[in-house]
Parts: sequence; structure tokens; C-alpha cells
Amino acid sequence: MSAVEALDSNDAVPEGRHFGDVILKVDNISLSFGGVKALTDISFEVLEHQICAIIGPNGAGKSSMLNCINGFYKPQVGQITYKGKTVKHMRPHEAAKKGIARTFQNIALFKGMTTLDNIMTGRMLKMQKGLFWQALYWGPAQKEEIEHRAKAEHVIDFLEIQAIRKTPVGRLPYGLQKRVELGRALAMEPDLLLLDEPMAGMNVEEKEDMCRFILDVNQEFGTTMVLIEHDMGVVMDISDKVVVLDYGRKLGDGPPDEVRNNQEVIDAYLGVSHD
Amino acid sequence: MSLASQDTELDSFPKLLLRNAEKIGDHTANREKEFGIWQSWTWREVCDNVHDLACGFAALGLKRGDRMVIVGDNRPHLYWSMVAAQAIGAIPVPLYQDSVAEEMAYVVEHAGARFAMVEDQEQTDKMLLIQEGYRDLETIIYEDERGMRDYAQDFVYSYTAVQALGRDFAAKNPNFFRESIAETKGEDIAIMVYTSGTTGKPKGVILSQNNLVIQGRNAAQQEQLTEKEELIAYLPMAWVGDNVFSLAQSYVAGFCVSCPESQATVIADTREIGPTYFFAPPRIFENLLTNVLIRMEDAGSLKRKLFDYFMKVARKVGPEILDGKQVGFKDRLLYALGDLVIYGPLKNTMGYSRIRVAYTAGEAIGPDIFLFYRALGINLKQIYGSTEASVFVTIQPDGEIKADTVGKPAKGVELQIAENGEVLFRSPGVFIEYYKNPEATKETKDAEGWVHTGDAGLIGPDGHLKIIDRAKDVGRLNNGTMFAPKFLENKLKFFPQIKEAVAFGNERDQVCAFVCIDLEAMGSWAERNNVPYASYQELAADAKVLEIIKEKVEQVNMDLANDPLLSDSQIHRFLVLHKELDADDGELTRTRKVRRKIINERYGSLIKALYEGAASGYIETEVSYEDGRKGMISADLTILDAKTFPKATNSAAA
Repeated sequence: MSAVEALDSNDAVPEGRHFGDVILKVDNISLSFGGVKALTDISFEVLEHQICAIIGPNGAGKSSMLNCINGFYKPQVGQITYKGKTVKHMRPHEAAKKGIARTFQNIALFKGMTTLDNIMTGRMLKMQKGLFWQALYWGPAQKEEIEHRAKAEHVIDFLEIQAIRKTPVGRLPYGLQKRVELGRALAMEPDLLLLDEPMAGMNVEEKEDMCRFILDVNQEFGTTMVLIEHDMGVVMDISDKVVVLDYGRKLGDGPPDEVRNNQEVIDAYLGVSHD
Repeated sequence: MSLASQDTELDSFPKLLLRNAEKIGDHTANREKEFGIWQSWTWREVCDNVHDLACGFAALGLKRGDRMVIVGDNRPHLYWSMVAAQAIGAIPVPLYQDSVAEEMAYVVEHAGARFAMVEDQEQTDKMLLIQEGYRDLETIIYEDERGMRDYAQDFVYSYTAVQALGRDFAAKNPNFFRESIAETKGEDIAIMVYTSGTTGKPKGVILSQNNLVIQGRNAAQQEQLTEKEELIAYLPMAWVGDNVFSLAQSYVAGFCVSCPESQATVIADTREIGPTYFFAPPRIFENLLTNVLIRMEDAGSLKRKLFDYFMKVARKVGPEILDGKQVGFKDRLLYALGDLVIYGPLKNTMGYSRIRVAYTAGEAIGPDIFLFYRALGINLKQIYGSTEASVFVTIQPDGEIKADTVGKPAKGVELQIAENGEVLFRSPGVFIEYYKNPEATKETKDAEGWVHTGDAGLIGPDGHLKIIDRAKDVGRLNNGTMFAPKFLENKLKFFPQIKEAVAFGNERDQVCAFVCIDLEAMGSWAERNNVPYASYQELAADAKVLEIIKEKVEQVNMDLANDPLLSDSQIHRFLVLHKELDADDGELTRTRKVRRKIINERYGSLIKALYEGAASGYIETEVSYEDGRKGMISADLTILDAKTFPKATNSAAA
């Protein structure tokens, strides 16, 4: 589908935003764990440079959806097309190599390592030199390390976390840990960034900072983002497209304004009984 | 002969820049930490940068006498823009970078600025907002490109674009830069700095090149500053002190000024640079000491004992050794040992190992804190000064350091005390005038050039100046005795547990006070003593916390009882506020001085409760969040009675 056709589908482009082709297409995904149906026949697509939010009540299948996209879960039915290539089962390390990075709902950093080291782990996949050279350190590996350190430092500068560069992340407050996790994902220079509740548990000020960073990343690097978020204010403010899930089914998708007025969505959020 | 004593005929920053580029061109002039690495520029490179900038400004139409506002954290590029503007006779007007747009709008309009040089997107946005209501702001230049991609306005330029324009301009006008620098002279206006203003709107203080250059040079000579000094520039560029230390003295003496990576990394960056010349307001020394003490409490028992023992030694002989006085052999030996195991490593962690001269000013510093640093062998001195004086009025000369004075008149400064006790001074650094405010100028500077500081003080028999309080704040209790609120507040604030205090008593029967706890010190205490709390408000209302504060208040009272002049100022009742006083709420100035009028208005109900003898007071206050939104918080505050002490009997004769 070309960008023009995409426009004709319900993704009206807000003023001043420029999107590319479809980068991610999810087709009829169904996922179940034994008898529990986590996802049922989910389809949607995300355009390049878009910020797409997945919303829904607890247990709606949002995290499962992200896990399917980066290959952590294997859906029983359906397929995912990423950058024009359709795969039945994406493996997590393949996803990472193809430029999909993610952050987790419960922070998954190396608590004992410093901010800088954690961000450097995000560069691991890009390092070419083998174990031998790295163990020797001097020579080519050192040169490589310096290059990657420079990239990591740009991320640190971007996220304004210079002051905690050498602090073990376990000692940092929650909001900052979230930011470091975003930093590690950014260090991969991803094309598609999956953010699982990047603002959960934050206070208003931290949330605003995080929104700013998400928008900045999107603007500066053109990174496409799929994020899960509960704060409706945030979702409506920053996303270009919203996908609503409930009990593993898609209730609807479209620009924030449209979704806001969708009766089914309102019902799901206000807790109307389901037959 | 050091550079500071040479070329005294050079009377402007741009001229001094040319001299430095010529004489010490390879010497590092500026450093800035970026991407985790210290980037540095030599004087020659600085000169080239300023050249391109000045020509770029000229190409954009900046003319002699135009005002250019400068907004941002301490960045070499911003300092260069100031000198570049001066090179073509324009006047830089640095603003406080954390002010909100409305606060800035007043200054931008009042100064009539046509140009704005800002650090980043955040500040650009503020300028664009101001520009909507003030069309005379024609050109905005930003340094940091981040986030600036989508700004399509044709009057917004990047720093590099301006420099490129400047190079084109210079190709056509090769002599422009040097010719226009040759035209600068001592009488030119060097900068306009806006005083934060404890009352009313800020005033634009006009300082000439002579003011800053001569005053900077005099002090540099007095302290024998050389081109080998290292200074870290971290205090707001809008503050006159930064202009004197980081610009005037650096240009006069040729030393290197380093800019930290961000405001949050100042301490780490200071450690890396190891400054030899240093300024910090008392608050910073207090915080650092609090940190050290908190961390020592967490240290193992051996370390703690060593620390306690050697600090006792240091307190006893450290200041004397620093002053070059006679000290016994045994004490010298112990001090040397202490230096090896405690003082040296401690100074190193603080980044103060290499300090030759450190100043503190702005507020009174607690004698314990002051002596702690002196005891460690850090040459910390108090100075007294003001924006209107281009900083220096008095400096404590080496060897004559006292905790309770601010020293003797600096080189070239005349000092006298008016009949009403107000401190007056006259010096080459005395400002020209307040911009567009002849009345205020007349009020402050009399016909003979004496500046009225508004501070009440006295000169001791040793020639040292002692400051008591703001002259207008000094009041009287109903029984006629003197009431100096700041003196009391400082006494309270010298306890690490107390961050801020406000005393009331003028035209009242007795003194009462508000106290704000120090979250860091009290929080650490709470952790140690299993006192759970979720917020500042909760901790501040804890009964045990109140008990501790009460103890401190009573200690102050005991002290005051011994002072014949002030024994009536003992604090009878007090309460602990539920929130920190905050500049964003207008309760403090940007330099963290209490705004009494606003406190009186906002907390009127609490003051009433204090004096009515109520057991508690209810308060609802509006607070501003960092993003500018407002919220309300309310609290029921317990009011406590403090024990007061009878007047010391031996003063009965007085």
C-alpha cells in the first residue's frame, strides 16, 4: 500500500506530520495460551514515522500484542509484515537486528551496572569485533568501543541523563530508570520502537518529560513508535493513531479524535457489562 | 609579572581578547563538557569564534548601542556572543535562564532588545512567545540545534549559520572586526544586568567596560590571579558575579573558564576540573557539608572515628596553619597526618584540592560551616558586594579571616557608614545608572558617587565590615529594642535541618517564626530513625521532626539571651511550613532571598494564628509547578511554643 492509499484508509495525517509507507502490518493475529485467548483476529498497520498507541483495559492483550511484534510470543494464527517482509514467527534477536527495539513494562535493566554500561549494551548488536579482540581490548576493539561510546554519549545527551552517567541504575528513582531503558532502546538506533507503558507510575512532571522525549525522538530520528499507555491525556496528545483492544479483540482504530468518540471504546472504558 | 598587571591601558573585553589571542594564544581559554568529554578552545580559537560571530551579528544588522538578550546555562558560546556583541558596541543583557516567559518579557521589553541569543529550543520558544507581544525583537539566534528542525521562521538563525554569515561579511569587510574593536572604550556600556529585585520590578543596572575591567583587574591583582587559574562557571550568567569572575577576570588575567555539562553535573565536573579560583554562595557550602556529614554517618566505625578525631585536630589548628600563624610541632605533625588520611581525600572528593582562593557571599555563612572549610586548608573567604558595585566592595585579606565579618574594603573602594547605620561605598566599579529609571538611580547613588547599599552594618576597630541586616528590614519590637529578622533567620538556617526561616517581630510584642525543614537532612534522619513519610508535607508535620526543630529554636534563644542587644528577639512561637518556600511561587527571589511582603500576604492567616496563641493554623496556598501550571495545597499546621531564656545577668549593666 502506498502512502497515498494509506491516507485514504482512516489514517488522516494531522497537519505538519509526514508519514512514509507502511512499516508494520499485523494481519489476523490470534494468540492463545491453552484455553485462554489472549488475542483474537487482530489486524492493524503502522506507517513510518507514526506514533501509534495501543490502549485497552487491564488484560486486554496489549503487552501480548507487543510481544508478538518483536517475536517473543508466537501467535497461532496470522502474520506480521515488517518493512515489506512477511514472517510467521519473528525471533526476538532477528527483530532486534532488523531494527525493532523495545522497553518493558517492568523495567528490565541490569541493576548493578551503570547507566552508561546499560546504554552500551544497546550497542552490542552493532559491534563487529569478536570475543578475541574484545578480550584483548587494545587495537580494533578499542577503536570500535570509542565509536560506540560516542553514540551512547549522544543518547545520554539527548535524554539529558549526564548527571547519572556513572550511577548504577538500581540506585536511580523509577522515572529515571524508565528513561535509561528508553536510552538503551535508542542506542540500537531502531526504526521501530516498542514502548510498554513508558509512563506507568510516573508523576505529572516525569510524564511530561517522557512525552517530550518520545516526541523529540520521533521528530529528530523519525523513529516509528508503538506504545502502550493508560493515561488517556497522554495518548490523545502525542499519538497519531490509536488501536483499542478489549478482551483480546480490536474495538477500533484510527486518529485519537475518532477513537475518543467511538461508542464501543467508551463502553469498554466505562465498564459496560459484556454478554 | 602576571598578565593581570600588564596592559592596563586596555579598557574593554574585546581589546583584552585580542591581547590574549596574541600573547597567550595557545593557552586554553574555555572548556565545556559535552558528550562526556571536555572540549576546549584556546584564546586564539575563542578570538576566531568571536570574530565570526561579531561579523555575523553585524551582517544581521546589530548596531552600536543595540541591546541583545542572552539566555541559557553557562556555555562558552554564550560568553563569546557577549564579547562579540561588545566588539561592535552592542550591549549584552543576560537573563536568568530559568525564568518563565512572562518574567523575561518584562526585561526584554524594558531593555528594548532587538536581538536574542539563546541556548536551545526551550529558550527559543520563550523568545517566540515574547515576540508575539513585542514585535521589536527582530532576530533570535540559538546555539543547540536539537529540536529546531521544524522552526521555519526566517528571523530564527542557528549559531553556525550566523558564523557562516560572519565569514562572508568578513571577506567583504576584512578590517571590520579590528576597527570596531579599536573604537570600543572604557566608557562604553559593557552589560546591563537586571537585579532580581526583592521588591517590585527588576531594575536594569548599567555597567561600563571600565566598571568591570578595572574592578576585575584590581581584585585579580589583590589575589594575585594568573593565567594558570582554573575556574568553573556554573552560576547564572545573569548574575553580575559570573560576569566579573568568568568574563572580566578571565579576560584580564587570562585564565581558563570551564562550563559544566549540565546544572545537575556541576559537582562531578568541579571534581574533574579541580578549580583554583572558586565562588559559591553559602548555600552550596552548606549543602556539601550536610552531604559529607550524612555520608560519614553511614561510614564504618573506624572511618567515623578517624574523621571525628582529625576534624577535631583540624578545627583546632587548621585555620591558624592556613593563616600562617605559629602552631606547635606536635599539632603540625598531627595536621599533616590528618591531611594524608582525611582532609586530602575529602578535599579531593569535593573537587577542592587545588583551591587557592574561594569566595562566598550573598548571605551570611554559618561560622561552623565557614570554619569547617578553613580547617580543611581551603582558603575560603567572605566578600561583600553588589551588582551596583561590579561585585567587590570588601574582601577578607589573607591572614585576616573572621567568621563574622566580610573583610576590608577591596582595592580602590572607599567605605563609610551613614548615620542611620547604612553601608555606603564609592569605587571605580560603581554602576552608571539604572536603565530608564533616574529616580531609582538618584535614590541609590548620591551626587558625590556614594552608593547606598540598603544594608545595615558597622565597621569594627580592626577595619572589618560587619553586616547585620537589610537596613529597611531592621525594625523594632514594641518595647523599642532592635529586631533584625535576617540575623535570626540566619541563626536558624545555620542548622543543617533548617533550610529556610522567616522571622516576624517588627512592631509586635514578641518574635515568632516560620521554619522550613531541609528535606535532605531531615529525610536522612527519618530513614535512620524509622520515621516513615511519603512527602515533604508529611515529614514536616511529624511530631518528632517538630521536636527536633523546637530544640534548635531553643538553642537559638539560648544564644540570643547572651546578646544584650538582641535578647528580646528570642523566638516565642513558631511553626514548620508544609512546603518549601519557592522562587516559582514568588516567595523567594531567584537568588533565594525571602520576599517578606509576599510571605506576609500569602501566609497572613498563619501569622495571625501565631500571634493569637492558637494551637494550630490552617492554610491553603497556591503552588506553581515547573511547567507553569498552578495547584492548591492545604494543611493544618501545629504551632509550638519555644522555651525562652532570661537575659544574661552579666549584661544588666548595659
